[in-house]
Amino acid sequence: MAGKPKLHYNNGRGRMESIRWLLAAAGVEFEEQFIEKREDLEKLCKDGVLMFQQVPMVEIDGMKMVQTRAILSYIAAKYNLYGKDLKERAWIDMYVEGTTELMRMMINLPFHPPDTKEETLALIIERATNRYFPVYERALKDHGYDYLVGNKLSWADIQLLEAILMAEECKPDILSAFPLLQAFKGRTSNIPTIKKFLQPGSQRKPRTNEKIVAIVRKIYNF
Amino acid sequence: MSGKPRLIYLDGRGRMESTRWLLAAAGVEFEEVYLETREQYEKLIKDGDLMFQQVPLVEMDGMKLVQTRAIMSYIAGKYNLYGKDLKERALIDMYVEGVTDLMLMILMFPFSPPEAKEKNLDSLKDRAINRYFPAFEKVLKQHGQDFLVGNKMSWADVQLIEAILAVEEKIPAVLSGFPQLQAFKKRMSNVPTIKKFLQPGSPRKPPPDERYVATVKRVFKI
Repeated sequence: MAGKPKLHYNNGRGRMESIRWLLAAAGVEFEEQFIEKREDLEKLCKDGVLMFQQVPMVEIDGMKMVQTRAILSYIAAKYNLYGKDLKERAWIDMYVEGTTELMRMMINLPFHPPDTKEETLALIIERATNRYFPVYERALKDHGYDYLVGNKLSWADIQLLEAILMAEECKPDILSAFPLLQAFKGRTSNIPTIKKFLQPGSQRKPRTNEKIVAIVRKIYNF
Repeated sequence: MSGKPRLIYLDGRGRMESTRWLLAAAGVEFEEVYLETREQYEKLIKDGDLMFQQVPLVEMDGMKLVQTRAIMSYIAGKYNLYGKDLKERALIDMYVEGVTDLMLMILMFPFSPPEAKEKNLDSLKDRAINRYFPAFEKVLKQHGQDFLVGNKMSWADVQLIEAILAVEEKIPAVLSGFPQLQAFKKRMSNVPTIKKFLQPGSPRKPPPDERYVATVKRVFKI
């Protein structure tokens, strides 16, 4: 048994990407088993390893974990990225839920029918600019520290960087009104584990394109 | 300042009901403020009380907690309903996430167009009977204990009993193939704090009706 976590998902970002980010940021090496066709998913179901017949599934520490948020919470806590007490954890949870909502919109965007894509993209940009990014800009402004919670790198920071980069793929100058987030992006991207993850050849997945959309639709039947 | 948690939401189940369940199961008294008008909601936003301009909002321990999962994680952690270690927490998180997915289907029900209602009911029945209830039936059967995790009541058990009762409101005989869950339902309903919550006059809210749907549409302008 290698001991490395093993990720089961299709070869694309989707709901697994945040998990890849968190493990990478924590400096944890992991393996991936890609689901390439429907039969691969069906086999996992038949083997009884998917509690709710869904992926992501991560084999870690003798468990077959499912449900993205459960997996992320476990990793965050295990690798000391979840604050020092209950209250810090609450703040991290709130911040994470916000970036998760924003990223969910962006993850779903490629799957929208062509006639609604443009208005969905506009909504994403509006929400990022008016609802989500102001919160993190203000949080950093209020305390003046480098990280969102407890003056220490946490899951909330890693997820925020991920969300920023995804949003910039939608609109390159999306951070133009957020100087502190720009600085945050610069700083956090230079953390050695994250810097490594951002380089070519890492396990970070590229933006979802039409080809991946087609594969995903076939695997999950929608 | 009474010291009791204060819940701000509409006078109905929605996304606050699971929090009411959890506080009640933990034996924690709470206050509620009901949003009836758009103006009340806009005032909350203007006052800066809603981190992402959304409710639920729970004021407790000096924090204005938003995001349902963050709120419930905090409550579960504070009142010892979150397992004894990281691995138990992982199991609780997985189970809670699964149940939440099921309940999200019910949450959306009143807002779907009339012609979709039968299809949605069929989907709910299919998911409950083929995906979610079998998973929990199996967990209980395998360890033979009264509660899902660690032989002690946790957030997962509270969420599961809530879900069972909510599904039964729509599909009365839904537990007919699940003897473990039937016994679980009976046991959980008799836990003193939960028994009290299930009695008339408790903070438990009735199923959504037309008036509630109208309030949601009015307050959130959807």
